[in-house]
Amino acid sequence: MNRPIPYADPVSTIEAKQETPENPSAARHMTLNMGPQHPSTHGVLRIVLQLEGEVIRSAYPDIGFLHTGIEKQMETRTYAQAVTLTDRVDYLANLSNNLCYCLAVEKLLQMEIPDRAQWLRVMMTEFTRLNSHLVWLGTHALDIGAMSMFFYCFREREDILRILEMFSGQRMMTSYIRVGGVSLEAPRGWQQVVGKFIKGFPSKVDQYEELLNANPIWTRRTQGVGHMAVEDMLDLGITGPMLRAAGVDWDSRKREPYSSYEKFDFRVPVETSNDVWGRYRVRMQEMRESAKIITQVLEGLPEGPFQADAPHVVLPQREKMKTQMEALIYHFKIVTEGYRVPAGEVFQCIEAPRGEIGYYIVSDGTQKPYRVHMRTPSFGNLQGLPKLLENTLIADSIAALGSMDFVLGDTDR
Amino acid sequence: MTHPAILETVEALGETTLIADPAKIVDLCRYLKDTEKYIRLSAVTAVDWHPATPRFEVVYHLHSLEPFRRLRVKCKVGGEQPAIDSVFSVWRAANWYEREVFDMFGINFHNHPDLQRILMPTDWEGHPLRKDYPVHGYKYSYSNE
Repeated sequence: MNRPIPYADPVSTIEAKQETPENPSAARHMTLNMGPQHPSTHGVLRIVLQLEGEVIRSAYPDIGFLHTGIEKQMETRTYAQAVTLTDRVDYLANLSNNLCYCLAVEKLLQMEIPDRAQWLRVMMTEFTRLNSHLVWLGTHALDIGAMSMFFYCFREREDILRILEMFSGQRMMTSYIRVGGVSLEAPRGWQQVVGKFIKGFPSKVDQYEELLNANPIWTRRTQGVGHMAVEDMLDLGITGPMLRAAGVDWDSRKREPYSSYEKFDFRVPVETSNDVWGRYRVRMQEMRESAKIITQVLEGLPEGPFQADAPHVVLPQREKMKTQMEALIYHFKIVTEGYRVPAGEVFQCIEAPRGEIGYYIVSDGTQKPYRVHMRTPSFGNLQGLPKLLENTLIADSIAALGSMDFVLGDTDR
Repeated sequence: MTHPAILETVEALGETTLIADPAKIVDLCRYLKDTEKYIRLSAVTAVDWHPATPRFEVVYHLHSLEPFRRLRVKCKVGGEQPAIDSVFSVWRAANWYEREVFDMFGINFHNHPDLQRILMPTDWEGHPLRKDYPVHGYKYSYSNE
């Protein structure tokens, strides 16, 4: 029975509960353990709260419950196999992770990607953004008490998952984006399905806003709640919609365009209210902008190959593989030993639904990455949690937590 | 960009890397934040070059919004007990990033406010991302099956 405690005891790191002249109310503090199974923490997050009555005086997040060692596993896989691991990092933004990883590897390989593949990638990552924001809106509203939102959001999410399945054969872990392009050509009849969905989508967003914007409970529980200074946010590593709701106009799609985002016409929504309401407004507008981008892809998808002309990296088509000897040899080589990537290092960042994803890949010239580090948005954002919850009411902490929109798989990797 | 801590500047694949002196890392970071406007610390990580000496490379990814640019700073650390100064006093974001590096590589950060394991359980033995750490861990050996 003398085993060490299985996880950190953060309480011991917070000063002992003794009244001091600097901290006169310390003795009145109560320690409350929130999670790791609390439904409002959206996954297995444990927070140790120090309460004074209803007010949170300090919060200490304890993470790592979902750590699966993805970075370590990647070092044992070939570059092509590692794509499937990137799916599992953030299960709501899997295509963004695919894209970031592939862009990084392509940068090391100095590979040119055909336009059609780039546009397809843009469309799929925007679908991911819609998917992620819809799940966020549904669960966040559910936390605050607007139960019906959940059903409306998941109705549209189901359509998106069907579209993802139509393109890639999988609903969630798609691995659709591969090094060199995308895994499959767009399926027959995709224009009708995507067109129908995207034509009706703005009116669905109107519906959500109709349900929430004038709802007095929603406005009172979000406006002015979860405020955090911009300087703190930048200093603590917070990115994405949270930062844009605080008035920082930074979206990597505009400021460092990748995958031909510079060819699309869209706006970066920025709010200045810097509270839960502002984050909600930013995400709602982002959904409209994503729909605009998807419409542009639908109308102007360039013709051409959907994979780069690089037979030593890209798997050959089945048809070719069964009729041409070279294709068969390439297929065999790629599947059995993988392809070599020139030695070097690269740090590629993209704008994911939750913020900045960065893949740092170090190659030593072999078929397997020497080191992959993922800079994930949830990890950075969650670091700001103690500051965000400081001196707020415990009831508001649920709204503030939800507005961060973190995924614990993304945090713990 | 001139600072006594910069040993070498490398340009590759459109990215700039500074090789820095680990003893003066805090000084350099303070300079980069205040003078060069790298207000964000995007990530901190490490690379294990086992069995080379010095064994580890600590990698900082910096980001400036105005003007928009990114920078990588690398420091080599090694020895029996690899250690480097914490940059927490420059960017508070370093708190968790450095804890992760400590957890995964066993690199110590001097003057870190709360240096303990973050992803692995506190009673875990070893540092998983080291190259001499087996993928299945020490606990589970499949060799006898």
